[in-house]
Amino acid sequence: MGDNLISVNNVSVNFDYQENFISKKQKIHAVNNINIKIKKGSFFGLVGESGSGKTTLGRAILGANKISSGNVIFHDDERDYDLTDMNKQDLKEYRKKAQLIFQDPYAALSPRMTVRDIIAEPLEVMKITNSREETDERVRDIAAKCRLNIEHLRRFPHAFSGGQRQRISIARALVSNPKFIVADESVAALDVSIQADILNLLKQLQSELNLTYLFISHDLSVVAHVCDVVAVMYLGHIVEMGPSRELFKNPKHSYTKALLSSIPSIDPEKRSEAIELKGEIPSALNPPPGCVFRTRCPNPGVDCKGGEINMGLTEVEPGHWVDQCCVI
Amino acid sequence: MSHLLEVKNLDVKFDTDEGRITAVENISLSVDQGEVLGIVGESGSGKSVTAKSIMKLNPGNTSYNEDAEIILDNENVLQFTSKQDLKKIRGGKVSMIFQEPMASFAPAIKIGAQMVEQLLIHKNINKDEAKSISINMLKRVGIADAEKRFNQYAFELSGGMRQRAMIAMALSTMPKLLLADEPTTALDVTIQAQVINLIKDIIKEYQMGVIFITHDLGVIAQVADHVAVMYLGSVVEKGPVNEILKNPKHPYTKGLLQALPDINNLDAPLSPIPGNIPSPLDRPTGCVFRTRCPHHNPEGKDGKIEMKLIEVETGHWVDQCGIKCGQNG
Ligand SMILES: Nc1ncnc2c1ncn2[C@@H]1O[C@H](COP(=O)(O)OP(=O)(O)OP(=O)(O)O)[C@@H](O)[C@H]1O
Ligand SMILES: Nc1ncnc2c1ncn2[C@@H]1O[C@H](COP(=O)(O)OP(=O)(O)OP(=O)(O)O)[C@@H](O)[C@H]1O
Ligand code: SF4
Ligand code: SF4
Ligand SMILES: [Mg+2]
Ligand SMILES: [Mg+2]
Repeated sequence: MGDNLISVNNVSVNFDYQENFISKKQKIHAVNNINIKIKKGSFFGLVGESGSGKTTLGRAILGANKISSGNVIFHDDERDYDLTDMNKQDLKEYRKKAQLIFQDPYAALSPRMTVRDIIAEPLEVMKITNSREETDERVRDIAAKCRLNIEHLRRFPHAFSGGQRQRISIARALVSNPKFIVADESVAALDVSIQADILNLLKQLQSELNLTYLFISHDLSVVAHVCDVVAVMYLGHIVEMGPSRELFKNPKHSYTKALLSSIPSIDPEKRSEAIELKGEIPSALNPPPGCVFRTRCPNPGVDCKGGEINMGLTEVEPGHWVDQCCVI
Repeated sequence: MSHLLEVKNLDVKFDTDEGRITAVENISLSVDQGEVLGIVGESGSGKSVTAKSIMKLNPGNTSYNEDAEIILDNENVLQFTSKQDLKKIRGGKVSMIFQEPMASFAPAIKIGAQMVEQLLIHKNINKDEAKSISINMLKRVGIADAEKRFNQYAFELSGGMRQRAMIAMALSTMPKLLLADEPTTALDVTIQAQVINLIKDIIKEYQMGVIFITHDLGVIAQVADHVAVMYLGSVVEKGPVNEILKNPKHPYTKGLLQALPDINNLDAPLSPIPGNIPSPLDRPTGCVFRTRCPHHNPEGKDGKIEMKLIEVETGHWVDQCGIKCGQNG
C-alpha cells in the first residue's frame, strides 16, 4: 500500500431520478463497482465518452459526490483517510490536500475578483494563512510557478486569454499545497497551440511539487501523451486499465480498440480505418445486463449476447486489466 | 471551368463599442462541385464569419469591402438584397450545418414539420411530397424509425441523432453548396467517426461542394480535399490536403502540427506555439502571426512585410512573408 495515494474500492455512485413527481423513482447507475489504485506521483488518466461517469468518479474521490457503496481511501503520510467515514475536521484537512482544476477557464473565475483574490480565496476560506503578508507570499509564489507575472495579480480575469486563465485556475487549485489534483477536462476548452503549454506546465508542476493527478479527458491523444496509467470507462464501468503505452499499443477490449481507431489520423493517406460502432451509448437509467458494451460491440461472442457474462477486470499482463468477458 | 463558389478579396469588419474589428482580411477561396474545402484555424480566426458571409448571415454591424466578391453559380451574393435572392443562399443553393444542432431546430416545432416547411419554401412541391422526401432523407442519414422521429422534437433525440437530423434537414433541399461549421466538434469520437463517414458518403452521392470548418487537423485530414489554414482573419496557407499536412511551409501551420499530440508518436515532445492569440482589437499589422512566430526576420517582426499569398507548388499557396522569414529564420 505504501506507494499508493488513493485506493478506490468497489465504488458505486447512483443518482435518484424521477421524470416528474408522479412517475416512478429510478436509479441512474453513474459509476459501478470501480476499483483503482492511484500511485503517488502518477499521472492517472480517465478516458471515456460523454456520460461514461468520469466526472462522477472524480467528484466521488474528492468527496464531492455521495458514494453509494464501497469506499475511497486517501493514504496520507501520517494516516489514512476513509472518505466514507470522515468527521468535519478530517473533511477540512482533506479539502486542503485534494483539489479540483475546472474545465472551463471562462466560467470558473469570478469576473469581479482580481487574480490575486481569486488565487488567495482557498487560503482564506480554509484559514490556512494567518496574515495578509503570508497569503500574499503564497499567492506570489504559486503564481510564479504557474508562469503568471506579478503585475497580472492586480488585474481582472477578463483581461486574460484562455491559456492564461487556465494558469490562474491551476494556481488557485495549487495554492493550498495539495497532494492530489483532479484535472477534469482541463485543456478541453483551449486551442491546440495553447493546450500543449498547459500540459507541459502540469507535468512540470508535478515533479516540482510532488503532485499526483487524476486527469480526466475525452481526448485520447492528450491522455496518451501525459498519463502513465490509463483507465477506460464505458457506461459507468472501467472496461480496461493499464500502463498508458501498453494500453495504447496493445488494447484488448473491443471498446478500447474502437475508441482508438476512431481518433481521426492527421495523415490524409490513412483514411477510414475507424471500427464503426453501431448506435450510441445506452442510457445509464437502464444499462444492458451483462457486458455493458454488448449493444454496440462489433464482434460479440456467442456468450455475450444473452448478457450472462458479468463485468469484472482480469489481469492479462502485469498491471494491464481487461474486462473479463473479452478475455474469454 | 468556373468554380461553384469563388470568394475573392473578402474583408469582413464589425463595428463594436470598443472599435472596428477586422474579423476577416483579404481572403480568397474557391470550391468546386464534389469537392471538400476544409477551413482550419483556432478560435476567433474567422472561420464562422467567412461561412456566414456566403449566406449573408452576419449581423447588422457588419461591413464588407467594396471590391469583395462571393461568386456562387456566376452571381455575386454580396449584391443580393431582395428576399427572392437571399432565399437562394439560405436553404436554396446553400445550406449550413452548425456545431450545436439545437441552435438550428426551433425547440417547440417537431423535426418533421420544420423539414417540410423548409422544403415548401424552397421547392415547388406539395406537403405530401415534402414529407416523403424528409422521411427518406432521415432514413438516408441512418436514423432508425424515421417515421417516428419525424414526429418528435429535437430535444427528444440524443446528440448524435440530432446531428444526423440536422444533416438530413440541410441536405433535403439538395443544396449545391454545403457549409458545415464544426459539425462534429460536440460529438464523442465514436459518433464523430459515424458522422464523418456519413457526410463523406453523401458528398460523393450528391456531388455537392462543401466547406468543412473545424479546428481539428485530424478531422481535416479525414475529410478535406483542399485546406485553408486561417489565423486571426487571414488565410496564411492553402492547398491540397496532403501538401498542407505533409509539407507545410508557413510557421503557423508547422507550429499547429507540432503542438498537436499525435497518438502514433508518443515520444514527440508537445511544443506549444509561444505566446497568446492577440485580441482582434490588437490585430498585428503586416504579418498577423509575427507576435508569435519563432523566426526572427526583423522586417517581418516589425510588420513591414505585407501579407500576400504566393504559389510555391502547383495549387499550394503560402503567405510570402512565411517563406521570406522562414528562409531567413
Ligand atoms: N447530479 C446528478 N444527478 C443525476 N444524474 C447525474 C448527476 N451527475 C451525473 N449524472 C449522470 O451520471 C452519468 C455520468 O455522468 P458524468 O458527468 O460523470 O459523465 P462524464 O463521463 O463526466 O461525461 P462528460 O464527458 O460529458 O463530462 C450520466 O448519465 C449523467 O447524466
Ligand atoms: N457580430 C460580431 N460582432 C463583433 N465581432 C464579431 C462578431 N462575430 C464575430 N466576431 C469576431 O470576429 C472574429 C472571428 O470570429 P469567428 O466566429 O469567425 O471565429 P471562428 O474562427 O469561427 O472561431 P471558433 O473556432 O471559436 O468558432 C472573432 O474575433 C469574433 O469575436
Ligand atoms: S464481452 Fe462480448 S459483447 Fe462485451 S465487449 Fe467483450 S466481446 Fe463484446
Ligand atoms: S512573415 Fe515573419 S513573422 Fe510572419 S510568419 Fe513569416 S517569418 Fe514569421
Ligand atoms: Mg465530465
Ligand atoms: Mg466558429
